[in-house]
Amino acid sequence: MDYTFHWRPVFRKLPDLLQAGLVTMEVAILAMLAGVVLGLILALVRMSGMRSITWFAVGWIELARNTPALLQLFFFGFGLGAFGIHLSPFLIVLCGLSFNNAGYLAETFRGGFNAVPPTQVKAARSLGMTATQTYLRIIIPQVLRVVYHPMTNQMVWSVLMSSLAMLVGYRELAGETQFLASKTYRIFEFFLATAIIYYVIVKLIIGGSRLLSWRLFRY
Amino acid sequence: MIEIKAVKKSFGDLKVLNGIDLTVDKGEVISVIGASGSGKSTMLYCINALEPIDSGQIVVDGVDVHNKSTDVNKLRRNIGMVFQQWNSFPHLTTLENVALSPRIVLGKSRAEAREIARSQLEHVGLGDKLDVYPSRMSGGQQQRLAIARALAMEPNYMLFDEVTSALDPELVGEVLDTLRLLSDEGMTMLVVTHEIGFARDVSDRVAFFHEGIIEELGPPAQVIEHPQSVHTQKFLANVR
Amino acid sequence: MDAASVFTGFQFSDLRFLADAAGRTLLISVLAISIGTMLGCVFGWMLSVARIAGDATLGLLLDVFRSVPLIIQLILFYNFFPIIGFNVSPFTAGTIVLVFYTSALVAAVARGGIDAVPLNTRRAARSLGMTYWQDLRYIVWPIGLRAVLPSWAGVALGVLKDSALVSVLGYVELLRASQILITRTQEPFLILAVVGAFYFALSFPISRITARLERRWQYD
Ligand SMILES: Nc1ncnc2c1ncn2[C@@H]1O[C@H](COP(=O)(O)OP(=O)(O)OP(=O)(O)O)[C@@H](O)[C@H]1O
Ligand SMILES: [Mg+2]
Repeated sequence: MDYTFHWRPVFRKLPDLLQAGLVTMEVAILAMLAGVVLGLILALVRMSGMRSITWFAVGWIELARNTPALLQLFFFGFGLGAFGIHLSPFLIVLCGLSFNNAGYLAETFRGGFNAVPPTQVKAARSLGMTATQTYLRIIIPQVLRVVYHPMTNQMVWSVLMSSLAMLVGYRELAGETQFLASKTYRIFEFFLATAIIYYVIVKLIIGGSRLLSWRLFRY
Repeated sequence: MIEIKAVKKSFGDLKVLNGIDLTVDKGEVISVIGASGSGKSTMLYCINALEPIDSGQIVVDGVDVHNKSTDVNKLRRNIGMVFQQWNSFPHLTTLENVALSPRIVLGKSRAEAREIARSQLEHVGLGDKLDVYPSRMSGGQQQRLAIARALAMEPNYMLFDEVTSALDPELVGEVLDTLRLLSDEGMTMLVVTHEIGFARDVSDRVAFFHEGIIEELGPPAQVIEHPQSVHTQKFLANVR
Repeated sequence: MDAASVFTGFQFSDLRFLADAAGRTLLISVLAISIGTMLGCVFGWMLSVARIAGDATLGLLLDVFRSVPLIIQLILFYNFFPIIGFNVSPFTAGTIVLVFYTSALVAAVARGGIDAVPLNTRRAARSLGMTYWQDLRYIVWPIGLRAVLPSWAGVALGVLKDSALVSVLGYVELLRASQILITRTQEPFLILAVVGAFYFALSFPISRITARLERRWQYD
């Protein structure tokens, strides 16, 4: 083994890496928020049973779930380019991840709604609650309990998937690492450091989610 | 003959059995009663080597159950056991449930095993349910299936652990009738139960468990009708 | 379009090129899924047997594969082999990483399957005289398999899609092939649609079938 490790360049660039880690968090969280909103809409549309719009929701959901995320990113990159729409690398990543998150979350939410027995609505209404009160106080809390864990997983996926950004030229953590690694030729060292940063980010998300769940679900 | 001698067992810090002595003779039916958590189930598991013991000795037909050189699989063939939750194998039909262990444990042929299963299922009154999956049957039927499954190994002893506790009241009778049938046929049985009436009518002796020891042991006329210990009296007053 | 004079449009022979690449995607996926699943079942069993000790060692190690982006794992291992004196092809490196990645995901699923079998059902099996291995083979395996087959299918389909990432090592699988074609033909939409359709045609039916199996297997 005649390879010598050089960690100094990595240490020197550590602030850049950590900074890029924040960019990763930012884009992953934004894509998650967009995914939750869009996923909720898709789930409600799919459950509405209105023929004219369900096909759209179903198409989105199945495409997001049955093709590689990288392909989805490419689509928002040079796929849209074919129609003269040129998104910035940041927007490509954000749109691609949001599209994917929304597809998976829509199914999660649908499962969550289905898990609440319909008699719960009847029981709440029979106590004189309005439809809104029933949803806010009875249904949503129960749905949240069911979808909480899958949502945490999706957030982790959002972070892991955001690394695909390096293939469309966006410099979040993975992209920045590739940039620094190719400049210094310390590929292994840089990517190892980055792997550790990703690991820590994922653990923070899972830990945070667990803490939050203790507060949220007392029953 | 099952001989339980000074058996002690703990789960971590929790002492569950504090020195159990009991001998079950051939053909005898012993009912075990006592409060929840007093160690009744644990004793049954220990007889079958499903749980290890800390000290003491359990001897079945002259074989020391907890000796390292004992072949527990061979031993267990000789001791049938039925649990509170019926534990039917959900992925197998009624017939397959019963036929599986004769085939893979006793090495019977497929046809032989099915024949044994069929006759045992008829024995417990399930002759018309052979190709049904357990999830389609009532709790009482599943419990009788579990009994047939154990009988198919032709055991010399049967251990029952609160086999009617998880059943709806109207299903209790059919399972107790099956137990009575076995008792009439001369099966040696150790029955943990909360059915005091059954204990009184069917058993030769009744053992009252309290905090890991057998506090009272004797014929039902004595233990159930004229209990000596205050704990037994209290317990019986509560369950009646 | 004057672009057409510079680049050659999408030709019939390009379909052949894509089909070959699709074959390579299938090859590396099938390898990773089959070997990874076997390994994952063993790991899952070890985790379920060793409990806390297993979580603290094997569990922690497998968790790394699930907490670091696959693309980073691929680059890391591909660059690690030369360091220890091996030069491996992108295919070999990609397969090895995918196998371990798959096994880490399957281990969690397999452990869930084993834990899905109630303790007393296993006791019932042992009380009938079955050995530990007979209990595993005839009771735990069939019950656990039904409980987690949909999750396993999810993992397998995920690996099929994730195999696209081996393209970063320069292995010309389907997605990489599509990029090459896009650069030449400048017809990104068409090509991405064809490639997307391939993945979809493979993934969608399988996910549908397992969803249906899951419903049928609710022990009726
Ligand atoms: N595997 C185990 N690990 C730790 N503790 C256990 C275990 N099994 C049983 N216990 C504890 O041992 C005590 C005795 O349990 P056991 O099941 O023998 O009681 P029991 O007399 O059968 O009660 P019940 O009428 O509720 O079935 C209980 O406090 C129980 O919580
Ligand atoms: Mg008990």
